[in-house]
Amino acid sequence: MNWNWLNRNTDQILSWFGSHLWLAAVPTVLGLVLALPLGAIAFRYRWSYTVLITLAGLLYTIPSLALFVVLPGILGTKILNPLNVVIALTLYTLALLVRVVADALDSVPPLVRQSAVAMGYRPLRSLVTVQLPLAIPVIGAGLRVAAVSNVSLVSVAVLLGIPQLGQLFIIGFQLNFFTPIIAGIVLCLLVAAVFDGLILLAVRLSTPWARAVHAG
Amino acid sequence: MISFDNVSKIFGEGDHRTAAVEDLTIDIPTGKITVFVGPSGCGKTTSLRMINRMIEPTSGAVTIDGVDTRSIDAPKLRRGIGYVIQNAGLFPHRTVLDNIATVPVLLGRSRKNARAIASELLERVGLPASMGGRYPAQLSGGQQQRIGVARALAADPPVMLMDEPFSAVDPVVRAQLQEEFTRLQAELGKTIVFVTHDIDEAVKLGDGIAVLAVGGRLAQYATPAEVLGRPADDFVADFVGRDRGYRALSFTAAGDLPVHPEPTLTLGRSAAADFGPAAASDSEPFWALVVDEGQLPRGWLDRRRLTPGRPVELADLVLGGSLAGPQSSLRTALDAALSSPSGRGVAVDSDGRVTGTVAARDVLDAIEAARLSAPASEPEAAASPPREAGTADEPDARPAAVPS
Repeated sequence: MNWNWLNRNTDQILSWFGSHLWLAAVPTVLGLVLALPLGAIAFRYRWSYTVLITLAGLLYTIPSLALFVVLPGILGTKILNPLNVVIALTLYTLALLVRVVADALDSVPPLVRQSAVAMGYRPLRSLVTVQLPLAIPVIGAGLRVAAVSNVSLVSVAVLLGIPQLGQLFIIGFQLNFFTPIIAGIVLCLLVAAVFDGLILLAVRLSTPWARAVHAG
Repeated sequence: MISFDNVSKIFGEGDHRTAAVEDLTIDIPTGKITVFVGPSGCGKTTSLRMINRMIEPTSGAVTIDGVDTRSIDAPKLRRGIGYVIQNAGLFPHRTVLDNIATVPVLLGRSRKNARAIASELLERVGLPASMGGRYPAQLSGGQQQRIGVARALAADPPVMLMDEPFSAVDPVVRAQLQEEFTRLQAELGKTIVFVTHDIDEAVKLGDGIAVLAVGGRLAQYATPAEVLGRPADDFVADFVGRDRGYRALSFTAAGDLPVHPEPTLTLGRSAAADFGPAAASDSEPFWALVVDEGQLPRGWLDRRRLTPGRPVELADLVLGGSLAGPQSSLRTALDAALSSPSGRGVAVDSDGRVTGTVAARDVLDAIEAARLSAPASEPEAAASPPREAGTADEPDARPAAVPS
């Protein structure tokens, strides 16, 4: 490790770290927000489940690099606009989470759903106040995968010149110099660990009932 | 009154068409417990769910007090009808209090107000207020069922639907819940439709029983005594089982049964000399009834094992034998006699003190007397509400076949 190099470039690396954090976080949140209604639709209407899950699967198979390159043409944005990355990763997150949300809702015991109907819940209120809260543990597990996958996908966007931790890998390769590569990997892991921890914490705080055990 | 008017529910189409309920017409009286009973696939739950529109009939109409349920917005209709679902169906993510408060909150009450109602109900179903903050997973099956009943009662609905509410708990807890339920209903007087596959439960709880056959055909609709005593057809006879004759004794009070005096020994005291083995000749029964200081029955003692002068100990006794209380049915009296080692059933007063013994022979005589005095009654129309019948829990209970 060349600590001098790291010292000299601390400011630059921190700025990349910050933008990497945002570029991975925003699509994760946006993807989740979009996946909740779409997943609910896929769960509610059986015919739409097949359609939506197939579309999501197809979307996920598009190579990320290709998507980064094609999106500016479709959206009319400049190639260096970080919006391209945000939109591309939002689509991947959405593709991953639609199925997760639909399956998570399906994991809620049918008796509980019927119970909500019998008590006089309307469908939307039952979804928001009964079914989604009970689906949180499963959705949380899927979200952790999506978040971590976004952290690594962001670095691919460096090939378009969007500044973030991926830059460290480019520098390392170009100079045949390992210090930035190692620093890049460590910092990416750190971002992933922060996301993972935050999601775990959020799930834990929102599901106190899941840890309530039979006291005897 | 809840009325089913030629109600059918058909699932599927064409060749896969199956009738869950076929042309059901039935009137369910206000303030009574009406039990839908039948084997799996008889459409009893489907029928129940057509009352609160969880399932819509394919044809026919369900009316409550003359109002067609289809004219009421379904969620609003359901908030006005209590529903106890199988296995309680509590919301796992809500505390006990919030579970009970569900319907008041849906009706627009403040959370605080709804929780106050919930606290009261928690006590009403026999649970401590301290349980309010727990989650359903922290409760036993029986406790969950009680919460399920409390939740259904929270908005004080005039009508309650109960779908096999006590089927998931063990027999001891089930008997407790049934007893509490009977007590609660005596206070509240709700119109209750109760679904079960258990004919014993139906007989125990129902004011009226609707026996449904596979395909949703109403096979018989009558009082429990009537269903047991005069099954409408082979299906009902088969469904109510072989020991229905014995079970039917539940509906005849044992009030007139002679109670024979029974000499007793007292626990902890030594027996008088004439209670000794010498007195136990062939004509004299071997068994002596032992009571405690408060005259409560403790068990039976084989006199041949009695040592004069030695105090009677608990270890000497044959325990058990059911008791016949002052308001028991013939069934209870006969069971007391059959379960006693001496063949004499212990009769007790309302405080549980021994008043004497009852004999199986007297029960048989009473049955014979009741049979001879009963008129030959004409068959009842299937769809009319069952006639009033006294139950054995009431002091004035008489055989249901008494002329009216």
